[in-house]
Amino acid sequence: MKRREFLNCLGGAGLMALTPGLAIAAGSSPYDRLLILIELKGGNDGLNSLVPFSDPDYRALRPQIGIRRDEVLQISERMGFHPSLQTLMPLWQAKELAVLQGVGYPKPNLSHFRSIEIWDTASTSDQYLAQGWLARSFVLSPPPATFAADAVIVGSQDMGPMTGGGRVVALSNPQQFERMARLAEGGGAARGGPLAYIQRVESDIRHAALKLNGLGTDFNFSTEFPQSGFGNTVKTACQVLGSGVDLAVLRLTLSGFDTHQNQPGVHGNLLTQLAKGLTALRSALIELNRWQQTLVLSYAEFGRRPRENQSRGTDHGTANVHFALGGAVRGGLYGESPNLARLDGSGNMGFSVDYRSVYATVLERWWRQESRQTLGGRFAPLGFIA
Amino acid sequence: MHPAFRNIFIVFAFGILSIEPVFAAAMGAADARHLLNRAGFGARPADVAGFARLSRTEAVGRLLFGPTVDVPSPPDDLLEYQSPAMLRAQDKEVRKQEQRRRVIGLRAWWLAAMLKAPTPAAQLRERMTLFWHNHFVSSLQKVRSTKLMVEQNQLLRRHALGNFDELLHAVSKDPAMVIYLDSATNRKGSPNENFAREVMELFTLGEGNYSEQDIKEAARAFTGWSIERDTGEYRWRPFAHDNGSKTVLGVSGNLDGDAVLDILLAQPQTAELVVRKLWREFVSATPNEQEIRRIARRYRDANYDTRVALRELLNSQAFWATENRLALIKSPVDWIVGTLNTLEMEAPDSQRLSLALRQLGQDLFAPPNVRGWPGGEAWINSSTLLARKSLAERLLQRDGRTDLREALLDPSYQLK
Repeated sequence: MKRREFLNCLGGAGLMALTPGLAIAAGSSPYDRLLILIELKGGNDGLNSLVPFSDPDYRALRPQIGIRRDEVLQISERMGFHPSLQTLMPLWQAKELAVLQGVGYPKPNLSHFRSIEIWDTASTSDQYLAQGWLARSFVLSPPPATFAADAVIVGSQDMGPMTGGGRVVALSNPQQFERMARLAEGGGAARGGPLAYIQRVESDIRHAALKLNGLGTDFNFSTEFPQSGFGNTVKTACQVLGSGVDLAVLRLTLSGFDTHQNQPGVHGNLLTQLAKGLTALRSALIELNRWQQTLVLSYAEFGRRPRENQSRGTDHGTANVHFALGGAVRGGLYGESPNLARLDGSGNMGFSVDYRSVYATVLERWWRQESRQTLGGRFAPLGFIA
Repeated sequence: MHPAFRNIFIVFAFGILSIEPVFAAAMGAADARHLLNRAGFGARPADVAGFARLSRTEAVGRLLFGPTVDVPSPPDDLLEYQSPAMLRAQDKEVRKQEQRRRVIGLRAWWLAAMLKAPTPAAQLRERMTLFWHNHFVSSLQKVRSTKLMVEQNQLLRRHALGNFDELLHAVSKDPAMVIYLDSATNRKGSPNENFAREVMELFTLGEGNYSEQDIKEAARAFTGWSIERDTGEYRWRPFAHDNGSKTVLGVSGNLDGDAVLDILLAQPQTAELVVRKLWREFVSATPNEQEIRRIARRYRDANYDTRVALRELLNSQAFWATENRLALIKSPVDWIVGTLNTLEMEAPDSQRLSLALRQLGQDLFAPPNVRGWPGGEAWINSSTLLARKSLAERLLQRDGRTDLREALLDPSYQLK
């Protein structure tokens, strides 16, 4: 239905709808601003991603795997990026990259499974919630039905923060997804109960497949996507967007951050993949004219322990560094740099930014939504979005 | 008639009515399928034929008291205990690969027990073992040892249709549980409340039926339950036990762990919590609280004989009601084992089975958290649904049964 027809349909109420604010509401949605989540699965080592190179405690805790002062890409008097993040430097200089320090939560859990569940559901440490935080947001304020899906997941089958609500599909490439979607042609319309639920999921799959492949307007990117696993994930995500569909959320996963041993080589390689992938993502979104309307945000179950272990690696930690990028992002450092002189009983860092404040920034500032109900409490948004 | 005789007559007549009719109506294939799908995994044609000739109550009796066989022991290497010290000494890559192989073996072992359960009664025992696995949750993710997980699984199977009172006491001191809920680090003077909290919230009373103070006091009573790290065996450590006075749910004294469990078992909420969960497992996603209270009372009066609760549930009107047919969403285990059983297909190899379980979203021996798999609609999202459908296609193509394609791809195939 075109907007004009929609307004006509409203009849008498149409007059009211013609007032400027409401007329805009009929044609656009807060979800026109895209969120791209990047999961750094396994727990990225924030302390070697953003390095407090001048801190003597850092050098004492990491005699073998610490990043040397002359290697870091300095961004402030005390802090510098891991050298493998080189390609992110232009974004930093353009003030399109915000670095969020000390992101964590009280009573941190050190299990991968439990801690990512806490992050995904925006729960407290001892609370078990069935629904992801974005799923709750999709249920409270649903994205427009014209969207191909509320969220598309690339590079993982796990629903993560979209568990238990909204229209969410996972795909490794759009063509294969279309083939798979043919298996969901059951149809039918039960009135309620579990059959109706299954039919709805099937219809969400068909709807997404139709939108993704029905437009036939594959975008011809001049961006070169890196030849890596994550490079392919980024490429797939950009192809999805390039087909012209609307989405509220894309979630991409880069795995392998559980670096218990021989960390330096593995971690450097992962950060290179990340930085090059993000740079390509930016370039492709600029081609699509969507960079101003996109917020890219990293997350992970936890950071890693400050003191390196006996195997030149790091064990599970707590507070962590995260990245926010986008044309509308206000670049810079947020939160407090880690205090390595004051570690907890397990040798881990305290946090300075509750992770739900990051989510509140997405909900309130990016999507102009309420966040209290979605997050189960009031968390102050951060300044990286105006 | 003399009043006394009249009473005797009434008792006599009542007795006849309550005796099972000798020529009770055969329930037919549709009822048999419903019962077998809910009580076991899928419905084998021979079992459907056999049950179709019985009345509903006869069939329920056959499920509860019919013959079973012992589950074969798992491969020896799953039963080797490796202490944390031994694990630390191993090369990490080697250890990881070894563990992956063992975990696949462990899952394949249990799936084989379900697939090969020869009678409906043996199938019900496996379903109840799975039910208890999702009630008294422990996970390999924390326990690490396949030996301890096998032993817990065998414990759950031994008590699957037995007595909940005995099961609760036994599983609370089961080494995998002692590790999973941190009892091993719960000591006099430095209590760990994990087990005390979960035993009240999830295993017995349910939220809202105890106070934070009850948890604190109970945690002190549970001190001393521990394991021997080198062997993985349960060990009572009297010097770690707090002998002071405690008060739990109004009962005071020098309580030990077993005494606290008995206090929890004496509360009506405990039977209600278990019966409500059984209702969701066997009858429908919407509990009928009046029925649940009735059955819970019987359960407690029968000293927590789980067969009594199951008999009441499976003979209830609600279980057979039309609106509750095809009203439960199959779990991944239901789907996989049920499909192979019903269609009498050969199982894929261990590795494929293990992978299929993961893609459908149910890693046996590793529930997502202490609450277990939430079940119901949570089993189905776009990924897991497409995973079910492509598994259906692969199985049908492998066996050349493409005539069944439409049936297995229909949305209703996800229901039981």
